[in-house]
Amino acid sequence: MVGAGGPPVSAIILFMAGLAAIAGWWLSQQRLTAKPWLEQGVMVDLREAGTASPPAAKIGLGVFLAVVGSLFALFISAYSMRMTMADWRALPMPRLLWFNTAVLVLSSVALQWTYMAARRDDIGGVIFGLCAGGASAITFLIGQLLAWRQLSAAGYFLASNPANSFFYLITAVHGLHLMGGLVALGRTTAKVWLGAPVAQVRLSVELCAIYWHFLLLVWLVLLGLLTGWTDNVVEICSQLLS
Amino acid sequence: MVDIPLDTVAGIPPAEVGEVELYHPRSWWTRYVFSQDAKVIAVQYSITAMAIGMVALVLSWLMRLQLGFPGTFSFIDANQYLQFITMHGMIMVVYLLTALFLGGFGNYLIPLMVGARDMVFPYVNMLSYWIYLLAVLVLVSTFFMPGGPTGAGWTLYPPQAILSGTPGQDWGIILMLASLILFIIGFTMGGLNYVVTVLQGRTRGMTLMRMPLTVWGIFTATVMALLAFPALFVASVMLLLDRLLETSFFMPTLVEMGELKQYSGGSPILFQHLFWFFGHPEVYIVALPAFGIISDLISVHARKNIFGYRMMVWAIVGIGALSFVVWAHHMYVSGMNPYFGFFFATTTLIIAIPTAIKVYNWVLTLWRGDIHLTIPMLFALAFIITFVNGGLTGLFLGNVVVDVPLSDTMFVVAHFHMVMGIAPIMAVFGGIYHWYPKVTGRMLNEALGRFHFWVSFLGAYAIFFPMHYLGLLGMPRRYHDIGETAFVPASAHDLNAFMSVAALIVGFAQLVFLFNLVWSLFKGKEAGGNPWGAASLEWQTPETPPAHGNWGKELPIVYRWAYDYSVPGAPQDFVPQNEPPAGWSARGAHP
Repeated sequence: MVGAGGPPVSAIILFMAGLAAIAGWWLSQQRLTAKPWLEQGVMVDLREAGTASPPAAKIGLGVFLAVVGSLFALFISAYSMRMTMADWRALPMPRLLWFNTAVLVLSSVALQWTYMAARRDDIGGVIFGLCAGGASAITFLIGQLLAWRQLSAAGYFLASNPANSFFYLITAVHGLHLMGGLVALGRTTAKVWLGAPVAQVRLSVELCAIYWHFLLLVWLVLLGLLTGWTDNVVEICSQLLS
Repeated sequence: MVDIPLDTVAGIPPAEVGEVELYHPRSWWTRYVFSQDAKVIAVQYSITAMAIGMVALVLSWLMRLQLGFPGTFSFIDANQYLQFITMHGMIMVVYLLTALFLGGFGNYLIPLMVGARDMVFPYVNMLSYWIYLLAVLVLVSTFFMPGGPTGAGWTLYPPQAILSGTPGQDWGIILMLASLILFIIGFTMGGLNYVVTVLQGRTRGMTLMRMPLTVWGIFTATVMALLAFPALFVASVMLLLDRLLETSFFMPTLVEMGELKQYSGGSPILFQHLFWFFGHPEVYIVALPAFGIISDLISVHARKNIFGYRMMVWAIVGIGALSFVVWAHHMYVSGMNPYFGFFFATTTLIIAIPTAIKVYNWVLTLWRGDIHLTIPMLFALAFIITFVNGGLTGLFLGNVVVDVPLSDTMFVVAHFHMVMGIAPIMAVFGGIYHWYPKVTGRMLNEALGRFHFWVSFLGAYAIFFPMHYLGLLGMPRRYHDIGETAFVPASAHDLNAFMSVAALIVGFAQLVFLFNLVWSLFKGKEAGGNPWGAASLEWQTPETPPAHGNWGKELPIVYRWAYDYSVPGAPQDFVPQNEPPAGWSARGAHP
């Protein structure tokens, strides 16, 4: 723990260190030791080789995931700092969360399957996969709402304990991100529905699948945190740092 | 990245962007208002930022009137004074400087400097501006709400920020937090564009190490902002919940006006960590674009290649990385483990190294250069001097033992105004005088510009130099009226009055600048395509102002870095980036 005045570092620092490693690796590929004042002529970099260069939208999604990741890492940092204070009373996890988790896994699998169908040019598979992925994601969201209702029916209100506040807040933020994903998924589905060929939506499907896997990963981490499984990990990290 | 040996380059045609990929406006509305053209968005961002900046300027006048002549202006009471400092700080840091450097300069310069037709996600880019405008309008609306804007100080520290006794406790703080959340969402949309355009939108031959330092500065600052703003987002959302739904993220058990509140056990320190995890990188989010702009201005107007380009790039990246591990130096007086204090003091002082490298390189670029004292150059020189000034007092404050007695005094105010107020604003002005001819096709008026420079530069020093002294005397910041004290002599009050007069004059000089912007738009001297003889790509557009799509039919090919000035044997004293080496044909084919 971070004790009197230590910074709530663990999660966000680890996350930033990971990003710094990626950025450092990327920069190391960029010939930062070049001496541009001595070099004239055309230099062609890998971006132009065509196959090796991912489309801008994919890079954009990657950068966006880094931003979302840092958002959740900060929530987790705040959570792990706040939970060590005296008034923290962990709340019982509704069993429904396990069902929701399974549904979200299913949703992610469905989108991965859709992506593979899109690569096979299987339009029927794409439509089926998109609908299955969307429907299971919506089921997950409804499940989360039901979990909220169960908690508040049992007297665990938002403001009655910081553990509750964090639970509602973090699940809400995760849900909102999934809803944003559903907008993109809906647009892709509409395109296919209106008869766009698979080639036109292949990239969108792939991006949706990546985003879904990412949100699934975030959810698994959050679930570990909220159910207290990772308490030991948090404690070890804190001890290392204090 | 792979270098293809020069002899295999023959026959590679210029990379062309098919016209179908470019968005084409069909009506006046989509051309000038809901435009997806980065250049229009840049102008929209800049005008909005300058307009809200004028509000902040007027607020600073009101503050200075109160400080210089306490008791004279009955319409400024203690609550309003707090509201003025809060809004002044928040507007200047977030809504003016961040928006102007990244939304304004970033949008205009990135596509032009890297040789792209536009940002990679134009629609998202447009949304970014409109959400920013909404954030500004929400912010402004707090002036008209019952209770007025929040007076919590720009750091919005809980618990006081959301308790009664702090002005603007109702709508002020709620809308402030809402506005910040909107700003961050809007910025993220723009930021994705800037980063991905630099990564993916560069034209053929524009390797990372051939990019002008302006692009490096804006790029790195954007990456930092994308990662740092979520901390402010998290802090704002949680504070908003504490205020609206009485959760206890940050709020400890407390009694307010004799009434025990529902809050319990929260940690105000947690807010400070989150806030400064954003707040310190924010300093460099503002400084790095300024560093880049200054590097380019100095090189162009001294007709000399930038000294130590590689070191400049490494320093920008190094500063960006280091700025994430220094945040707690804003919290020395909040109480912390001495080892943490030691750690953060050390990292803070280490930042002085890459920063000093940059200053040395600027000076060495000037050394024996052909210095033209144009207005952009004057502002660039003023930036270097001011930044060194503010940086040196930063070394004082970075040390825990020096910081503790100076904390919350005017010394701190003087320090951060020098380093992240005056210095970046000098870079902004230098940049505007430099690139205005490209944006409008006309030069800004020279006489008005020189008047603006000298009054702003000398005036800023008249305001902030004496402020250091007041801080050393122990004069606290954020006090509406210092009253009778044993440690503040009468002469300090005279000094305060002097600074206030200087502030009024500097403010009026900005009105001259705004007048110049408008007047020159119609009456300014025709600039031509490249009035400064600059080598970087934005000056080589076929049309000035650049048309929609920036380049003609074909994208430019880049053969060299952006700093080929005074090359021996060259026909002119600069070689444009898209000029093929001697003996090459213009289409990039080897002879």
